[in-house]
Amino acid sequence: MNTSKISYKKPLLETPFHERTSEHCYANDWYRWAGYKVAKEYSSTELEYTSMRNTAGVIDITPMHKYDIKGEDAKKFINKLITKDITNIQSNQVVYGIWCNEDGMVIDDGTIFCFNENHFRIFCAERNLNWFSDTATGFKASVEDISPSIAALAFQGPLSCKILNLLKVENIENLKPFHFNNYNIENHNVTISRTGFSGDLGYEIWCDPSQAIGVWDSLFKFNRDYKVLAAGMNALEMVRIEAGFIQPNVDFMSAEQALRPNRMRNPYELGLGWLVNLNKEYFTGKQALIRHKEKGPEKKLVGLDIEGDKPAVGSVLYDNSKKNQAKEIGIVTAAMWSPVLKSNIAIGFVSKEHYKLGSNVYAEIYHPEELDYRKIWAECKVVKKQFFNNPRRNETPAFT
Amino acid sequence: MNKTKYDVAIIGGGHNGLTTACYLAKAGLKVIVVERHEYVGGAAVSRELHPGWTYSNCSYVCSLLRPEIFRDLELSNHGLQIIPYEGSASMLNDGRFYAHYQDHDLTYRSIAQFSKKDAEAYDRFGKDVMRQCKIIKPLLKMTPPDPTSFKPKDIMGLFEFAKYFAAKDELGGLGEKEIYDTIRFWTMSVRDYLEEYFESDIVKVHLAGSAIIGTALGPYSPGSAYVLLHHYMGEVDGTVGAWGYSRGGMGSITKAMASSLKSNNGEIKAGSPVSQILIKNNKSYGLVLENGDEIYADKIVSNLDVKRTFLKVVEEKELPSDFYKAVKNFKIRGSSGKLNIALDDLPIWKSIPVGDPAGTGDLHITQNIEEMEGAYDDWKDGKWSQFPYVDMCIPSINDPTMAPQGKHYMSVFIQYVPYNLANGGWTEEKRLEFGKHVMNRIGNYSTNFNDIINHAEIRTPKEIEAEVGLTEGNIFQGELTMDQLMFNRPVPGYAQYKTPIKNLYMCGSSTHPGGGVMGAPGANAAREILKDLKMKISTHYI
Repeated sequence: MNTSKISYKKPLLETPFHERTSEHCYANDWYRWAGYKVAKEYSSTELEYTSMRNTAGVIDITPMHKYDIKGEDAKKFINKLITKDITNIQSNQVVYGIWCNEDGMVIDDGTIFCFNENHFRIFCAERNLNWFSDTATGFKASVEDISPSIAALAFQGPLSCKILNLLKVENIENLKPFHFNNYNIENHNVTISRTGFSGDLGYEIWCDPSQAIGVWDSLFKFNRDYKVLAAGMNALEMVRIEAGFIQPNVDFMSAEQALRPNRMRNPYELGLGWLVNLNKEYFTGKQALIRHKEKGPEKKLVGLDIEGDKPAVGSVLYDNSKKNQAKEIGIVTAAMWSPVLKSNIAIGFVSKEHYKLGSNVYAEIYHPEELDYRKIWAECKVVKKQFFNNPRRNETPAFT
Repeated sequence: MNKTKYDVAIIGGGHNGLTTACYLAKAGLKVIVVERHEYVGGAAVSRELHPGWTYSNCSYVCSLLRPEIFRDLELSNHGLQIIPYEGSASMLNDGRFYAHYQDHDLTYRSIAQFSKKDAEAYDRFGKDVMRQCKIIKPLLKMTPPDPTSFKPKDIMGLFEFAKYFAAKDELGGLGEKEIYDTIRFWTMSVRDYLEEYFESDIVKVHLAGSAIIGTALGPYSPGSAYVLLHHYMGEVDGTVGAWGYSRGGMGSITKAMASSLKSNNGEIKAGSPVSQILIKNNKSYGLVLENGDEIYADKIVSNLDVKRTFLKVVEEKELPSDFYKAVKNFKIRGSSGKLNIALDDLPIWKSIPVGDPAGTGDLHITQNIEEMEGAYDDWKDGKWSQFPYVDMCIPSINDPTMAPQGKHYMSVFIQYVPYNLANGGWTEEKRLEFGKHVMNRIGNYSTNFNDIINHAEIRTPKEIEAEVGLTEGNIFQGELTMDQLMFNRPVPGYAQYKTPIKNLYMCGSSTHPGGGVMGAPGANAAREILKDLKMKISTHYI
């Protein structure tokens, strides 16, 4: 990020792909992400979404925050930071992790790339420079924000591997989920990880900003036969809900940003208890997390399978099929009609008495209909958040 | 001689006096405001001191005025408009500038030029300050309970306080940590507070400005962090911490209040300095004006600061000696100066490009906290600061009514300027020298400033006191330190707008919650008076 040349006329930065994204963005509909301008919708959210489920979609994810952790204590630092134990992590492996504050409240989640024992890279949605720097105190480990020096694309969809294969990216089909390596795409040096936000087969491609346009163009090279679309944030939001991935400051307030203390959430409330290893040595939040686990969550983020076809956006959840006897027991944080599942799905918080899988709760849906609202009292079944789970996601070798 | 008897007579037509008057008149009482000057407003005035230019010659920006008061008094229908403005900036000696903009991402990048960590920390700072603002906001409207009293209403009041802090919903469940933070915030120095968040000098000093404006504290003085909070707890249309201009100058606020008062049949007697409050058997019953006229009223309310009220217009013999002593010891030290400058053109800054919105908000030139503390040291020595902190703004950029077309009005608030100047005190020459000193200093950051000055009004604490009547020219009617806040403001035992004299009340900024053009003391006082009269009024505030 060139901060020395800021101008009030251009409050937002452009990513290294801007030349191409602006070309594709017929809708001229932009979204602010970490100070960057990224497309919300290129031309049709529905088709952009479909590309990620049918062929492959390309998403500019350059605004992701990227931090390099280097030094002989790099691994120890990560182990103090996150709730998972990474003692046995191998080079070229990626782990998904969360980090909490001292009270065991979740600050953010992210993917952690292990280059070697002394070099890790963390990718995350929120800015964490101060938190990481404070956590690094006492370790022989440096924290550097390298966000502006890496351009990034998500390349997600069932044909993603096939297209990379057509581009002669050697051995890409054997890259296992949650692993990464260095590759070459038509003479552009890139790092590719088999990760992503779509819950489908897909990759994330990292390169120097100077290579950005070349890499972008390569991904669209076989467009005549295999329709690849640039996909915007709206489409990304759809696939991530189907995949059951949660977002800080959308599904829960980051503990670093919540103004009201009771809006902070612990991992058990987010359904992320599986990421917490209480057997490992001291890490930030451990003592509090032991207490949180013992006590059990008062409410939990769950998946909801909702009757009908009207998305329960912003709905309040209740405990009774009869509206006049119902008590509030939760809230929907994200909701959509899922085209791939042909289901009305949502993610939401549900209180203790009702968060068991299979429980029934009720959503009051305000559905706008020609300048009026239809109020729908819809039955919801508590289900796993991971709604979409196609086996091709994890198959290795991947489909070519 | 005026023989009419009033229900309530209010001494002083400042924004608080007028607020009290408006609510009481709204309740149907016969109210008169007695004002020394030919115009109302106190320290919220717009004055044409140079032909064609309107000066907000005391207070100059607006944020704290409680929106409920604005609404209750229908100030919009009486002509008041508050206009938000963009940004603020500090100009550096090396030719760069540091700015905050309305656009959050732009502000991030602006701060990141100096420190990436600070750019990120600014959000955490903002969140923590906002949380404290949320805590304090409802307290502004409360009459502070007396913690030593066993009266049901005080016990209930304390209970309300406690309940409020424990309230899960309103504040989102304050935990121990947040309560600790509150106590720390109310007692720390702003330097120590900012040190916990930021590393860059310019970031710290830019933010520290809010903590020293109007106060006789330095950035290293314990208690200064609260002053910062006091300047952040206002809002413009729900944007907490934002500041705006009152269209037509700060006098538009009090003009609208006066008009609102008249619409409820309240009276204003201008050009009538009060010389004494009439008291018999420990009960007040009227006022004597300097011309000898007397005005009678069941209740007397003083908008004057507590010192001026009890050391000037109430006779000492009428007061309990402890109370008298406490009033004498009330800290109300003059520390601020003000320049109002008529400009023939817009200043061109060496660092901020023409047209950059950073130049349209408040502007500063102090380089670091040490320089700011040095400015305070000079004040302690009885000198005006060699490198004063200035809070400059050019309202005419945003408000088309302040200056002739093509010309501009600049307001310069100066910290620190002593009330008592060492080496012989203030003289006319020294006043002019002080003004010149400040203008020269500003001139260093501009290519044309010195050439476009058409007229300048130079005010030391002496002038502010002489014109507005604020003791020592203290803009808050008394320091905003913990020992003088809440149930200690202005005097322990007398924080509920009442005085040792029956039927005599206080409504000025010397009372809770203190200074700033907020109106809360005035509205709170009105509520207490109505309670004593067993009257009820249904408004947004009361």
